[in-house]
Parts: sequence; C-alpha cells; structure tokens
Amino acid sequence: MKRHVLHPLWVAIGVVGLILFARLLLVPDDFGVHGESFTYSYYRLGNIEEWKNFPVKYQGTDTCLECHEDNAKTHRRSPHKRVQCENCHGPAGNHPDDVEYLPLNKERAMCLRCHADLGYPESTARSYLPAIVDRHHKRRRECVSCHDPHDPREDAE
Amino acid sequence: MSCSRRDFLKESVGAAFVSSLPLSAFVVLTTEEAIAAVAESTVRWGYLVDTTKCTGCGMCVKACKNENEIPYDAPVTRTWVERYVVTKDGQTHVDSPNGGRDGFTSGNIREEEIDPDTIDKAFFVPKLCNQCENPACVQVCPVGATYQTEDGVVLVDRDWCIGCGYCIMACPYGVRFFHPDHKVADKCNFCYHRITKGMMPACVESCAFGARRLANLRDPDDPVTRIIKTERVAVLKDEYGTKPHVFYLGLDNNVR
Repeated sequence: MKRHVLHPLWVAIGVVGLILFARLLLVPDDFGVHGESFTYSYYRLGNIEEWKNFPVKYQGTDTCLECHEDNAKTHRRSPHKRVQCENCHGPAGNHPDDVEYLPLNKERAMCLRCHADLGYPESTARSYLPAIVDRHHKRRRECVSCHDPHDPREDAE
Repeated sequence: MSCSRRDFLKESVGAAFVSSLPLSAFVVLTTEEAIAAVAESTVRWGYLVDTTKCTGCGMCVKACKNENEIPYDAPVTRTWVERYVVTKDGQTHVDSPNGGRDGFTSGNIREEEIDPDTIDKAFFVPKLCNQCENPACVQVCPVGATYQTEDGVVLVDRDWCIGCGYCIMACPYGVRFFHPDHKVADKCNFCYHRITKGMMPACVESCAFGARRLANLRDPDDPVTRIIKTERVAVLKDEYGTKPHVFYLGLDNNVR
C-alpha cells in the first residue's frame, strides 16, 4: 500500500492515543466497576464516602433527652410522646455548640397538620385524632396559648 | 544499533498505544479478592409504608427537606405525600400541595370544595425513591454518575453528574429532580449518611404514627423485614420490572 494512504491512519491512531492518554489523566483511579454488574455498579468509589460524610441535622429525641429532662418527663407521659422533639423545635444540628437557641415553631398551622378536621370517614387514620374545624375554633389564636404542647391534656402555663 | 527515523516513529506510536491500555484490564485477583468481589453484602435496605397509618401531617417532607438541604421553597422534594379522596360518584381527587410539606389542613382539593358526605374513602400515600433492584435511572446514565451501592441504595455522584436529565425522564416513579443549587440530578437515598451510622432516615424519625419504616431485608430478625415477608404488601408499578424495594401496606388501586 502507498504511503499517502497510510498517513491518515497514523493520524487517527494518534488521536485515539491522545484521547486515551487524556482519559488516563482525567478519570479518577477509583472510577470503575465495583460490584457484580457493569450496568449498575460503574461509578467513582470515593463518592460513597462523600455521601456518608453528609452532615446529620436531625439528632433524634434521645439526644434531646440528655439535657432537657424536665420537658422530656412531661412529654413522655403525654399522648404527644410519639411526636419527636425536632418536629416542632426544628433540627438540632450542632446545638448547643453552634446554635444556642433553636427556632421553635408555635404556629397554629403546625398543630393543624394533625388536628384539622377534614371530615374524612373513619377508615382514614386522621379521623382518630382529636380535631377542630379551623374556622370555628378560636380563629387565628395560637393553640399553645391555651394548650400545653408537651402534654396537651394540661392547660398552658 | 541503527534505527531509521521511520522505525523510531513506528515503534513509539506502538508503545504509546500499548501503554494507554488500562492496567486494570490485566489484573489477576487473588482467591480472597475474588471471594470478596462476589460475596453478598449483609445489608439490603428496604422500606415499608403503612398507608393505613398515615395522617398526612407532612412532617416527613419537612424533615427530609431540612435534613438533605433541599431548598425549602423550591417546587422539588425527595419525598412527598399524596392525598386521595374517592367520592361516591366514582371520581378520585388527588393532590399534593407543596409535596405535602405543610400538611393537609384544608378539605379543598385543587381549590375544589368537597362535601364530606359525598366521600367514600380518603387516604394519604407517602412516596419516595424505591431503590429498585433494576433501576432504570442508572441504566440510562451516560457518564456513570449514578449507581447502586452494595446495600441496594441508588446514589448520585454530584461531582460526576453532567445534569443531562436522562435519569429524571427514565424513572417511572418521578422521584428524581434537578437540584436547583447543585445543578445535578437529585433523589432520595434513604438518608444514606444516617442509615450507615445506625440512625433512621429523617422521614422515619419524624413520623409520629409509624407509617414509614426502614428495613434491612437481609436480616431475617428485623421486625420490619418480617412484616414485609409475612404480610400482604404491594409495590408501585410492578409491571415496569424495576423490582422496587419500597413496600406498601394497604395500597389502594387508585394509587398510581
């Protein structure tokens, strides 16, 4: 075969070589197949660790109990014991290290999430909860001005 | 030794080509490595939603958004709660205002007033990523930015994702969305940073009614796994063959 026919071939091989070389530099070492399936397990292994290190915000009721015993005691014997602290008090994050006070949500809308009467039949889980019709019961007042949220059977202080 | 210019060029191109082949293609595994590569993980995460217990308070959606840094007021969410109201005339009314983030405090559905006397049944259905055994979203990713971990959770590599949106289109459950801040695909990952530390996902933790629960399906003593194995559970869109791992108790036929 003549030389001028072969020349473009060398150029093409060179280009492919260059692309492969660039790939070698740019793709991280831990990128590849990690697992049984090429289809589902072709990824950068280091990313798993990155997701594991994502910061936790909701610390859970047990963490709150370590310091806030008084409220916890009231809360634990009330029908509201199933509601975790951070649902109303907001995510603890690094409290008390970074944030001294957590923003407490005392809004009426917060209580209505469970206690608004939607008029649904008994087969709905919601119908077992004590409920009010929003426009008939003490309109626009904050629920917590009368009801103690830690133990709703008690009057607010 | 003599070497013509032609031979020199020929050989150097050949050497460059050979050296660019990935070395990993020739790695021979030791016996231990081979066993480790095929050994099954002792964890396979699953999830159980008891729709009969959900009251539609939306605390899970709120907690998820806070925990996973999803912009609170953006119309995207990793999990959401749908409300279904079936009336006596056979119609099904469905809504999920803000994904149920603020709960359901009004009986109106899409500004339509529904007379409680005309209601046959009403229920709430929480939805989240199904962490499928055959995830369609992973198959379509052109760059390997989304994948299935050994414990069955599908993750998105935010550094690797190019934001093409194929996976968002591929998911039959519509759980994926474009993250407004990171400009990449995003989805529920069962709070991978929590479950790998022995904590519960934020949605499970915040559910006061036990409607949302996490299971390790490889642990036969796990109480939630036992419910999934022994009770009558259903999955969403079984016909797609994705083998979803979020199981539902009391799933109604109206739920799509």
